[in-house]
Amino acid sequence: MAWTRNVLRVNLSAGTCTPEPLNMTWAQDYLGQRGLATKYFVSEVDPKVDPFAPENELIFVTGPLTGTMASTGGRYSVVTKGPLTGAIACSNSGGYFGAELKFAGWDMLIFEGASPKPVYLLLIDGKAELVDAGSLWGKTVWETEEEIKKVHQDPQIRVAAIGRAGEIGVLYAGIVNDLHRAAGRSGVGAVMGSKNLKAVAVRGTRTDSYPLANPKAFLAATEAAKKVLAANGVTGQGLPTYGTQVLMNVINELGALPTRNHRDIQFEGAGDISGEAMHRKRPTDGKANLVTNGACFGCTIACGRISRMDPGHFTVKDKPQYQGASGGVEYEAAWALGAANGVNDLEALTYANFLCNEHGFDPISFGATVGAAMELYDLGILTKDEVGFELPFGSTEAMVKLAELTARGEGFGKEIGMGSRRLCAKYGRPDLSMTVKGQEFPAYDGRGLQGMGLAYATSNRGACHLRGYMVSPEVLGIPVKMDPQATEGKAAMLKAFQDLTAVVDSAGICLFTTFAWGLADIQPQIQAACEGDWSPERLLLVGERIWNMEREFNLAAGLTKKDDCLPPRLMKEEAKTGPQKGAVSKLDVMLPEYYEVRGWTAEGVPTAGTRARLGV
Amino acid sequence: MQKSLHLDPNKCTGCLQCEMACAWEKYETFTIAKSRIKVFTFHHEGRFVPYTCTQCDEAWCLIACPVDAIKLDPVTGAKIVLEPTCVGCKVCTIACPFGTINYVAQTGKVQKCDLCDGDPACAKACPTGAITYVDADWTGLGKMRAWAGKTDTTAATA
Repeated sequence: MAWTRNVLRVNLSAGTCTPEPLNMTWAQDYLGQRGLATKYFVSEVDPKVDPFAPENELIFVTGPLTGTMASTGGRYSVVTKGPLTGAIACSNSGGYFGAELKFAGWDMLIFEGASPKPVYLLLIDGKAELVDAGSLWGKTVWETEEEIKKVHQDPQIRVAAIGRAGEIGVLYAGIVNDLHRAAGRSGVGAVMGSKNLKAVAVRGTRTDSYPLANPKAFLAATEAAKKVLAANGVTGQGLPTYGTQVLMNVINELGALPTRNHRDIQFEGAGDISGEAMHRKRPTDGKANLVTNGACFGCTIACGRISRMDPGHFTVKDKPQYQGASGGVEYEAAWALGAANGVNDLEALTYANFLCNEHGFDPISFGATVGAAMELYDLGILTKDEVGFELPFGSTEAMVKLAELTARGEGFGKEIGMGSRRLCAKYGRPDLSMTVKGQEFPAYDGRGLQGMGLAYATSNRGACHLRGYMVSPEVLGIPVKMDPQATEGKAAMLKAFQDLTAVVDSAGICLFTTFAWGLADIQPQIQAACEGDWSPERLLLVGERIWNMEREFNLAAGLTKKDDCLPPRLMKEEAKTGPQKGAVSKLDVMLPEYYEVRGWTAEGVPTAGTRARLGV
Repeated sequence: MQKSLHLDPNKCTGCLQCEMACAWEKYETFTIAKSRIKVFTFHHEGRFVPYTCTQCDEAWCLIACPVDAIKLDPVTGAKIVLEPTCVGCKVCTIACPFGTINYVAQTGKVQKCDLCDGDPACAKACPTGAITYVDADWTGLGKMRAWAGKTDTTAATA
């Protein structure tokens, strides 16, 4: 059945762990992971809840294909109301942790309330226990994992933890598992910190908890689908060789790489921080930044970057803890820590990325907020006195200093930890915040790629590239090539991407498979794993239902059509250089069409007909 | 011709498809705790290393077993645990210098790699060629070929 049918409800206020059966009607309507947990969440939590109040819930959830031989079948998500956005937050992570939850026999962990003192949840198969985390509070993600394995004398335990950033409420703190994989966006780690929950540690040895509907068909379907990934240029070659960093030069040359807080649309230092640069031998020590590629659980793509820094680099000299190999920069992180603030020092980006993993905060929102601060400084609004040091665009020293300060919540790092929207509002220039719904943009400019602009404006969790990846049609030609500047057909294509993405995010597999897989490759795997009839049409309906459910939550939380917008810079300031020179976002043209395609009113509210059709 | 599992850590990405394949073959579960092959991550070195029984000719486990529960498969060369005979005394786990034979609490017996009757599931599942099943006499062939390729013969043919 692919679901374990077990949910663990943890009341942190009362200190209780209570198993309950999974609502199988909801599993049939929402599949798993993102969809299923969101259904639980919207059914149990007041949309107006303060994200840091005990009444907010935090849900860890797997999908039916998590912990199976389906390629990339190791994903889990964390669902909550996000403190950065005030919208639904759903962050997805790989690594080994999600599969281990299934092996221990759990589909979902629902955390309610807040613990009076720091604790972590220990799950050994069916046994759940809240353990005192007093000695772990203040420790890094890396120290926490090591300590938990040591205390329980079990190196095979998997750990998802928050670092200092989550404890002190950095609004974009993430939850990091397996040292360098993260449910990174929207501040899910800050909510975890507000509940005094330091970590979830799990070990699973059960062999009988989620029998598949049709094992033979499942193995045949997953094997066929793996061959599709291996034969595809992106998933078979580009991603294993360069990781997502394969995009840095491509997007820059296309003129869609936001640079210096989106003042520019091309970065002169892109080549220095690209995937190709990670392969190049450094003149200093003769070694490349990239050591090898690494896979998450069950993944036959293996896009992960494992990097080792130049031990002589000023950031890590005399700091042996950063001189070994660890999770290197991926495209969005390299962009945010680099292009977004004009820094082209790959080693410094790697160091800042290590800090993000070690202390648990999102490199995208962090880097983009530094970019905003640098612009405020450039305009003379922020001064050296206020920051504590010079903060010009392109300053490597300032970027890494701010990463250190943000991780610890010290000095000007406190301001950076609030994110770009609050920072720019505080200094009287809200227009300079490159965000949607309070969340910072990732690495594609909405002027250069019109469809991505629409995707950002309408994403239910704020600016995000993982809710409808219009880069696929607009750059890569998947499934068809679309002109980046055209507006025609973008709304319909985006809806299709958003709905399909919701299915993928609810299944337990990685979105990156969709560079090669279409629904025709995914559907047989779900069908063979899960009981019931999972036709492609039904799956797309599930995806659309999930999208509308998230939308309804956001509307009830107080968001409106006005929040489906882009910053004035993208609407008015023309792209300065490159193939997209002169472009501004044509969101005004696309948004009404999008609402119509979605079956929403002109105010962006699902019509009664749409609601009835989807059963939301 | 006898074949041997050939492990090449340089090609391993740590995806654990091999562990799932092994667990599925023997227990019809994906729970990798049941796998007889393990991939070890040396995070700070950026290395993933698959490891399992190498099927020693003079097998310590086989020699140590007091009830003759470990037998040689003459075709594959695998040392195979006969579950009905095994009494779960664990002496073999002490005798094996490599740690590749282990007790299973669920069954009260020991388990080790048995080469799946000459068609190992781990090798079939490996997406990168880090685990292959090759001529036992020529596990060094790939390395030899790599070195051969480095031989400078252009001067002689010029």
